[in-house]
Amino acid sequence: MRVTFTVNGRRQEADDVWEGESLLYVLRERMGLPGSKNACEQGECGSCTVRLDGVPVCSCLVAAGQAEGREVVTVEGLADHARRRGDRSGHTPGAGAGSGPAGLSLQDARGWTARGTGSRTGDAAALAPIQQAFIDAGAVQCGFCTPGLLVAADEMLERNPSPSDEDIREALSGNLCRCTGYEKILDAVRLAAARQEPREPQSGGARP
Amino acid sequence: MTEPTTSPATAAPGPAYSGDAGAAATAAGAAPGDARAGTRTALGGARTAAPVGTPTRMTQGSRTRGGIGESTLRPDGTLKVTGEFAYSSDMWHEDMLWGQILRSTVAHAEIVSLDTSEALAQPGVYAVLTYDDLPTEVKNYGLEIQDTPVLAHGRVRHHGEPVALVAADHPETARRAAAKIRVEYRELPVVTDEASATAPGAPLLHPGRDDHHAGHVPHPNIVHRQPIVRGDATAAAGRADVIVTGEYVFGMQDQAFLGPESGLAVPAEDGGVDLYVATQWLHSDLRQIAPVLGLPEEKVRMTLAGVGGAFGGREDLSMQIHACLLALRTGKPVKIVYNRFESFFGHVHRHPARLRYEHGATRDGRLTHLRCRIVLDGGAYASASPAVVGNASSLAVGPYKVDDVDIEAVALYTNNPPCGAMRGFGAVQACFAYEAQMDRLAAELGMDPVEFRQLNAMEQGTLLPTGQPVDSPAPVAELLRRVKARPLPPERQWETTEGADVRALPGGLSNTTHGEGVVRGVGYAVGIKNVGFSEGFDDYSTARVRMEVINGHPVATVHTAMAEVGQGGVTVHAQIARTELGVAQVTIHPADTRVGSAGSTSASRQTYVTGGAVKNSCELVREKVLELGRRKFGSHHPAWATAELLLEGGKVVTDGGEVLGDLVEVLEDEVVEVEAEWRHRPTEAFDLRTGQGNGHVQYSFAAHRAVVEVDTELGLVKVIELACAQDVGKALNPLSVVGQIQGGTTQGLGVAVMEEIVVDPKTAKVRNPSFTDYLIPTILDTPTIPVDVLELADDHAPYGLRGIGEAPTLSSTPAVLAAIRAATGLELNRTPVRPEHLTGTL
Repeated sequence: MRVTFTVNGRRQEADDVWEGESLLYVLRERMGLPGSKNACEQGECGSCTVRLDGVPVCSCLVAAGQAEGREVVTVEGLADHARRRGDRSGHTPGAGAGSGPAGLSLQDARGWTARGTGSRTGDAAALAPIQQAFIDAGAVQCGFCTPGLLVAADEMLERNPSPSDEDIREALSGNLCRCTGYEKILDAVRLAAARQEPREPQSGGARP
Repeated sequence: MTEPTTSPATAAPGPAYSGDAGAAATAAGAAPGDARAGTRTALGGARTAAPVGTPTRMTQGSRTRGGIGESTLRPDGTLKVTGEFAYSSDMWHEDMLWGQILRSTVAHAEIVSLDTSEALAQPGVYAVLTYDDLPTEVKNYGLEIQDTPVLAHGRVRHHGEPVALVAADHPETARRAAAKIRVEYRELPVVTDEASATAPGAPLLHPGRDDHHAGHVPHPNIVHRQPIVRGDATAAAGRADVIVTGEYVFGMQDQAFLGPESGLAVPAEDGGVDLYVATQWLHSDLRQIAPVLGLPEEKVRMTLAGVGGAFGGREDLSMQIHACLLALRTGKPVKIVYNRFESFFGHVHRHPARLRYEHGATRDGRLTHLRCRIVLDGGAYASASPAVVGNASSLAVGPYKVDDVDIEAVALYTNNPPCGAMRGFGAVQACFAYEAQMDRLAAELGMDPVEFRQLNAMEQGTLLPTGQPVDSPAPVAELLRRVKARPLPPERQWETTEGADVRALPGGLSNTTHGEGVVRGVGYAVGIKNVGFSEGFDDYSTARVRMEVINGHPVATVHTAMAEVGQGGVTVHAQIARTELGVAQVTIHPADTRVGSAGSTSASRQTYVTGGAVKNSCELVREKVLELGRRKFGSHHPAWATAELLLEGGKVVTDGGEVLGDLVEVLEDEVVEVEAEWRHRPTEAFDLRTGQGNGHVQYSFAAHRAVVEVDTELGLVKVIELACAQDVGKALNPLSVVGQIQGGTTQGLGVAVMEEIVVDPKTAKVRNPSFTDYLIPTILDTPTIPVDVLELADDHAPYGLRGIGEAPTLSSTPAVLAAIRAATGLELNRTPVRPEHLTGTL
């Protein structure tokens, strides 16, 4: 069958899709978007988390056909998504390496940004605040859980710009990480929230 | 059901880079890190187009100096947060096929017949391979003992053993075809524990063993046995005022790395194969793969694809040989990606263990002796079992002074799933037992459990039971002091102005209690782990370091075969190169087999050993650069000949800080490159009767304090805080060090309260091969983990550093168990603890 849906703001089409294929498979293997990860393909680990019409879902549990005509945001489109959200809410979010406040609560991350100098280190890429915060806080080790966590955390910050630790834990409880022990992930989400605080309204936040 | 019609575009890494040292000439003059700098369309005989996802070099500049001791950020961080970082399961090649493995559905059986004809007849299927299709006489592989069949031959020895392979044009086609392979099994009796393995007439897992352990084991179903006898335990027991014995059980833990076993094999025109795979040790894989394929090692070109965690589980081969066999048979690139179900069968697990311990102590709190017997279940194939036995026995006493010991450790061959390397192996199981013993001894003596440990803590100079002195700082008592001195988290944290926040309570959002029946407990533990490969293993690494001027800036390139599995080795290598060579920009070359072996990313060894190799090669490069400078400018300033010279900030400077020249002028268009091996101090084997010998290189110590709250009515445990203090020697990257300690701590927490592969004792079949039934800690299960890092240099190691990855996984588990015991008063001699163990409803 043919499926057509919007991915990261662009219309995408895939032909010869077998009915049993998941959204995750079509994204990864047919659309060249392997950023969403395939850690369990059972809906347990959250590494394949994408936004489907704004709602975070495990794309391994969504049949590709269910996405027909709908809007998907993956980690590859997260920076763009955050930028558009900022535009809509009438201010410029702190996207991009080093554009957030330099002083972190984490002294080890202070004065250092993950700017590479080559095309492969994403120097030119403007990052979403949550992406930059994951780098700065040391929340990335093997990185396999990272894309799903980023999509989930970004969505939570959209709903709840000033989350408590318990709120963060609850929102990310569907995303397994095996490397970090989650402490630095909490740090990263706190950091992203703190960096956007002066610009975001205290309640409500921006909704899509 | 045909091949993808949409060519992946956005993930394309740009021009293929499959460079080797010869790329130096083409790279010069191009922007560092620009993928085009190293563009080469093909290696000798390889296919012309590299697969999508082929790793490329990463260049990281630094605004500040970015040397060792700073928390510089990962050079792969941006790629990983944007989804661009290509893991082994992300590899893609035009025209590629998907491989699928058919695995045994029973644990122990004779294969009566095997019929692949129907599978082969399926549309879209390109090949079906069985044992009979293996191309050479070499049909087994293995880390130390080559006892593992590539594909089963007439017999399967464990549930999930590979029996046949399928290659098809869609993964579902391959899966369905594999299901159409007809295998007739005649089931055999299973061997599942020590009693059944060594019973008279027990089936032998590997009849006719001729490995180097076969001669000294008491039974052919015992892989390896290591006794350690020192002093006179019987006589010393006579001096004891109290004697405590215990029998402890440690469950089978899974590494549960998130990136599934996967990779892509691309057949080459020269008859060889290019393999992109996630592994812990490229050269060890290569040594096992090439003979089975009947290829010389130089025709199996391996490149490390992105690795989604490892924790020991990638030390053994998984899909490597299978993908290569299918690629060579079909002439097409073949990708294999396990799903989570298969991953539970596709790698070895942590050895479950039964440990019998007897300690004595005098009334004043001094340990008199230790007698212990540790039985590790290695499952159907040897894997790392001999090394696990070596660690368990030599570290059985823990970080304590005990002069009189009688220790024995064995690993069994059984029909259970094969077990091998996992973070802290051998030492983890022993720590669980000896730390439970310490608490019980302290209780018998009416002493504080921390003070009792401190009284018996080893120090620098203490002899291990192997007779080897601990010749670097061993701050065991201090680490305990630090975790104990930390303020306790406030009681009844769940109480808010709006009532109980159930998320802070055992049971969480299940809303099972608002504080009723909840009891707090606090527990302590400390452990010792050896760093590096022990027992006389030639444990070396290799680093190729190049220095040149690119676009007017001095740039260092570091090329090793080190497997970056998430630990941050690539970060540290760049820091070392900046420190030693005084450059801002460092390029990390993808890890591959075109450079010498780096050894394994395991045993907490990579920062020590490959870090040491990078440091050493940098020093050799520096000497050559200084020699260049002396030739060019030696006559300009006497300090070139007389002073100690350093490279700092892109310049040659004296140790007094005087600038003698700019590296750009010293190097001009010269490329200075060195590839050298580097070794730590040699070790020796343990004596097979007494266990004596200087078997270890270095030690790593960590202590934990666990604070738990237990719903005693439902048996639910919430760990509130898990504080750690660890001596790291020197924190090369403090942010990464803390991340390692927190991650290791959490894996220890997992096996304390939830993680266990459950194997049916009657059938030896795995009951819970999924993340639905095998639970690893979520962010809700994981407490805050404050970390206290101590830096007492080990003068034998580069920069004084210690390997850090494993130690926190040891003491975390027994600390949590101790806290649960403190809360409940129960004995709890097995881990993980389940609710039924706490409610008495077992």
